[in-house]
Amino acid sequence: MKRENIILLVVFVLLALVPFAAEFTGQSSWTKLVGQALIYGMAAASLNFILGYGGMISFGHAAFFGVGGYVVGIMYHHFDAGTAFLGFIPGTDQMLITLPAAVLVAGLAAAVVGALSLRTGGVQFIMITLAFAQMFFFLFISLKTYGGEDGIMVRRTNALPGLDMKDKATLYWVVLGFAAAYYLFLRRLVQSSFGQIIAGIRQNERRMAAMGISTYRYKLYAFILSGMGAGLSGALMVNFLRFASPDMMHWSKSGELMVMVILGGVGTLAGPFIGAGALFTLESMLARYTEHWMLPVGILLLIVVMTSKGGLMALIRKLTGGAK
Amino acid sequence: MTHVLEISGLVKKFGGLTATDHVSLTVDTGEIHALIGPNGAGKSTLINQICGEIIPNAGHIHLAGREVTRLPPADRVALGLGRTFQITSLLDDMTVRQNLGLAVQAREGGNFHIFDRAAKRAEIWDEVGETLNDTALSPRADIAAADLSHGEKKQLELLMALSQRPRLLLLDEPMAGLGHLESQQMIDSLRAARSDCAMLLVEHDMEAVFALADRISVLVYGRVIAAGTADEIRANPAVREAYLGEEDA
Repeated sequence: MKRENIILLVVFVLLALVPFAAEFTGQSSWTKLVGQALIYGMAAASLNFILGYGGMISFGHAAFFGVGGYVVGIMYHHFDAGTAFLGFIPGTDQMLITLPAAVLVAGLAAAVVGALSLRTGGVQFIMITLAFAQMFFFLFISLKTYGGEDGIMVRRTNALPGLDMKDKATLYWVVLGFAAAYYLFLRRLVQSSFGQIIAGIRQNERRMAAMGISTYRYKLYAFILSGMGAGLSGALMVNFLRFASPDMMHWSKSGELMVMVILGGVGTLAGPFIGAGALFTLESMLARYTEHWMLPVGILLLIVVMTSKGGLMALIRKLTGGAK
Repeated sequence: MTHVLEISGLVKKFGGLTATDHVSLTVDTGEIHALIGPNGAGKSTLINQICGEIIPNAGHIHLAGREVTRLPPADRVALGLGRTFQITSLLDDMTVRQNLGLAVQAREGGNFHIFDRAAKRAEIWDEVGETLNDTALSPRADIAAADLSHGEKKQLELLMALSQRPRLLLLDEPMAGLGHLESQQMIDSLRAARSDCAMLLVEHDMEAVFALADRISVLVYGRVIAAGTADEIRANPAVREAYLGEEDA
């Protein structure tokens, strides 16, 4: 077994033991904390695919995170009320339906946003993705049926056959399973033929066009794949916190995802997860002392960006002697 | 004889400036056609119109018998157009091998596959190995493109363009910035490649032009002022005045 895979397996086992450790030490909040960090890690990793590997700086990624979350919320709302979405789509609380639906709808949203914003580049692209995300944000605020600014309470986590999803540990393991699967998916994706084309486009779009690649189509496909990943993580988050709100797609959430990617390491597989974990740990530690915890986090981000090109991943690589 | 490239009555204006002024020329199968002219004559503008990065105001471009005047760049590549850039254009983070691999992959297809492993596609890497074999780049195969010397970059770019197996290769100043020995190598490489594809060669290095070109067109202020064989061009008084004379002075 390769060293990289051994490390992954060890990390996976350690993460799987978190609920036991939490129970043993009486720190029941750990499970919730690590679970959230894993979900944010997935969202950040999905952003990293277009940002780090594809060179598309999307500043509206939280929109797809929120859309995925709202699919779960809205379907639960109709399930609970016994009504139908748009009058003909019945609600459901089955995770095997809500998650694929969330991925699909987020993918559609990304297709629309991507098709329009990828016609631009550079700063315009950043601004247009931001503008789209804010449109989604205000759209969901205006939907009074679904709680408007307050969002939707999901009283019970979606059901998964054979599992007791009310159990906090079970829910955590389901999240961990998705995070691990998503990590492996991304690893395969960046090594695939498509992943190589995307890496080529990041480095030199003009050269790729001269080799016969219609770069727009490839970038759009990457953008959709990325949006689907964000949708999946949003759907998991709503299941995990049992709450969907417009805040999920606020521009500051897009910024937070970007911070996770940059802090952890742009264009690396594990970086976004490490960045999400680091940001969450810092937040929960510093929040105990001051409500202005963003200030020290900001200073830390500055130090990481200025001293280590490549975020925490680069630092880890340096410390472990260049190995993965 | 069929024309690989046929340009007729091409016009491109930038505001008041006519960068391409009713240009017509042809490149035949197996031919190396050189395009020369002083700086600002509109050579790069013409190249970019053939590639599809700039759309002309008037006139037509036919590639292998098909009208491509308004086709996007990638579609022209599918019809057999390859190019090198005036300023070398590579995938800097990737190794020499990976650069060539991507050029082959782009041609071979399967570019939307997300579950395969590009590193395990034997049809790509066998061909890359063959291409590199016996070239000066062979011992440098695993070095990042950014770390190559200028001459090596030019060689790699040519190999990438040839890996696309084009019918017509547009070469935008392939000798620019090369030393004498490197220029000679480039001339040899181009001569070796001429059996595979026709070439439109934009070049300032007259020695290389006269060594390679079957026909030469002279572009001055966006117009073709003369066209013919190397000897005809050398003897043409208008060309001597407008272009060659400048070099002597």
